[in-house]
Amino acid sequence: MALTATSTLASKPAPRGTGPRVIRNPVWVRVVFMTIALLFVACFLVLPLAAVFTEALRKGISPFFHSFTDPDMLSALRLTLLTASIAVPANLVFGVAAAWCIAKFEFRGKSLLITLIDLPFAVSPVISGLIYVLVFGAQGWYGQYLNAEAPWLPGLQAWLIEQDFKVIFAVPGIVLATIFVTFPFVARELIPLMQAQGNDEEYAALTLGASGWQTFWRVTVPNIKWGLFYGVILCNARAMGEFGAVSVVSGHIRGETNTMPLHVEILYNEYNFVAAFAVSSLLALLALLTLLLKSLVEWRAHKGTA
Amino acid sequence: MSTAAISLPRFRRRVLPGFGLSLGFTLAYLGLIVLIPLSAAFLKTAGLSWADFWAAVTSPRVVASYKVSFGISLLAAMVNAVFGGILAWVLVRYTFPCRKVVDALVDLPFALPTAVAGIALTAIYAPNGWVGQWLDPLWAGGVNRLAGWIPWIDWQNWLGSKVAFDRPGIFLALTFVGLPFVVRTLQPVLEELEPELEEASATLGANRWQTMTRVIFPELLPALITGFALSFARALGEYGSVVFIAGNMPQHSEITPLLIITKLEQYDYRGATAIAVVMLVASFVLLLLINLLQKWSRRYYRV
Repeated sequence: MALTATSTLASKPAPRGTGPRVIRNPVWVRVVFMTIALLFVACFLVLPLAAVFTEALRKGISPFFHSFTDPDMLSALRLTLLTASIAVPANLVFGVAAAWCIAKFEFRGKSLLITLIDLPFAVSPVISGLIYVLVFGAQGWYGQYLNAEAPWLPGLQAWLIEQDFKVIFAVPGIVLATIFVTFPFVARELIPLMQAQGNDEEYAALTLGASGWQTFWRVTVPNIKWGLFYGVILCNARAMGEFGAVSVVSGHIRGETNTMPLHVEILYNEYNFVAAFAVSSLLALLALLTLLLKSLVEWRAHKGTA
Repeated sequence: MSTAAISLPRFRRRVLPGFGLSLGFTLAYLGLIVLIPLSAAFLKTAGLSWADFWAAVTSPRVVASYKVSFGISLLAAMVNAVFGGILAWVLVRYTFPCRKVVDALVDLPFALPTAVAGIALTAIYAPNGWVGQWLDPLWAGGVNRLAGWIPWIDWQNWLGSKVAFDRPGIFLALTFVGLPFVVRTLQPVLEELEPELEEASATLGANRWQTMTRVIFPELLPALITGFALSFARALGEYGSVVFIAGNMPQHSEITPLLIITKLEQYDYRGATAIAVVMLVASFVLLLLINLLQKWSRRYYRV
């Protein structure tokens, strides 16, 4: 998915033919391959998932539910939801705009632009957080601006100081870091999809007298809605689950700048395993829901093209 | 038909509205969110003298962390190439119950928050965990035996003496996060692979082994290398799932992203940024390589 140029939704599945006997592997090879593949899946995918829920329920049902009444946990949940509700729409609007200009028009430097959009996927989450510390931290550009003797826009500086507006170790930094790490998701999904669809339907709408926005809302959006949804659920899963980047900029203030994944870390380091896994189980459920929705969209898209 | 479409006059291209708006917004957003912050890392490092920079990125603890990060990421990507390859083959070619479920589960490492993956893997492979309780003694025994046979290599240092909280734990976490890449790059290629190719090979007298190694494998190679590189790039930057299971001993099981965080927590911004620049350059080179690989494989598969 990440970094790959092909959209899952733009490609068609081949029919699964078993084929004639000559191109089948001997039975023992098939058995060995199946065993290796399923063991690999069991060790690395099924076991961790099972472990999350088992560890969460280790002491029984009531300690499990008790973990969710902790006010710090609730504030972490609120912050995670807030962060995702800003980051996902922001990247959604960006993704649509980027896909529109890249897929519908020809211009110089297009492939460079596509590569630049991919950039955040290539950057380590820790470095994604670090760069925001460098820009907005006390030592960074923003800190220098606040301490400057003769700043540009002195009114803005005075206002920011008066409001005590902080970015790093505060909510805005968490939101920015999350936007950075989830930056390419929607765009990567939409660009190949819209390129595959071409411009003919939009041309037809314009010829029939539709305005630009009418064409966009009534022709383009219905065509890309599943790709849009697909990009959004992946973007949302990452936004709610991001750990490394958010960890660098958050400052880990309990009840204030802790997102759910960071809360998991704190509980775990306090040896409060049941609570850590209880919060984790909520995140794991979110992951499972994401996978389910993703499979449904893929299934729908393939049925549509078949 | 198609040549006529290509040679359309220039003005016809901008019939659709919104080019300026969408491109302008895209560039502004890209600049503000990605390019300006990223350039901060390079500008901050430019403030360092070359000698300071070199000292910061080649101190023994940092070099040890590169070795751990690059070495184990490479190993994890290789294991993913082999097992992910087999998994992709099984998912495309065989029918078995729950195939759809397994197929969907392959994306779990993308969807599961890395911190959750980290503590879950730790719970399984810790000395009292489900797998750890019998794998740990087995691993320690195996490493000891190796040390008996080949005493001139420090096996305890290289392989670690336990599974979780040592180097094998890092390997497990990095394999987990890189798992989907090989499978997801190979799957579409395998699905497009035409059965006629294998039939022709069989008709010309090749046995199944020859068909697999001389016909199918070369077809899959570009996608396999791309998946390997993607998986390696992801493992290199991974932080969340590793810190819980790694043990984090300096110069032994400390990965580079963790070292960056450690430096930040000590307010050594210059040191952290210098290491980050090294990692950024490494990942940009990888990104470039991956793009070239994808161009190559696209040309390769179209022919």
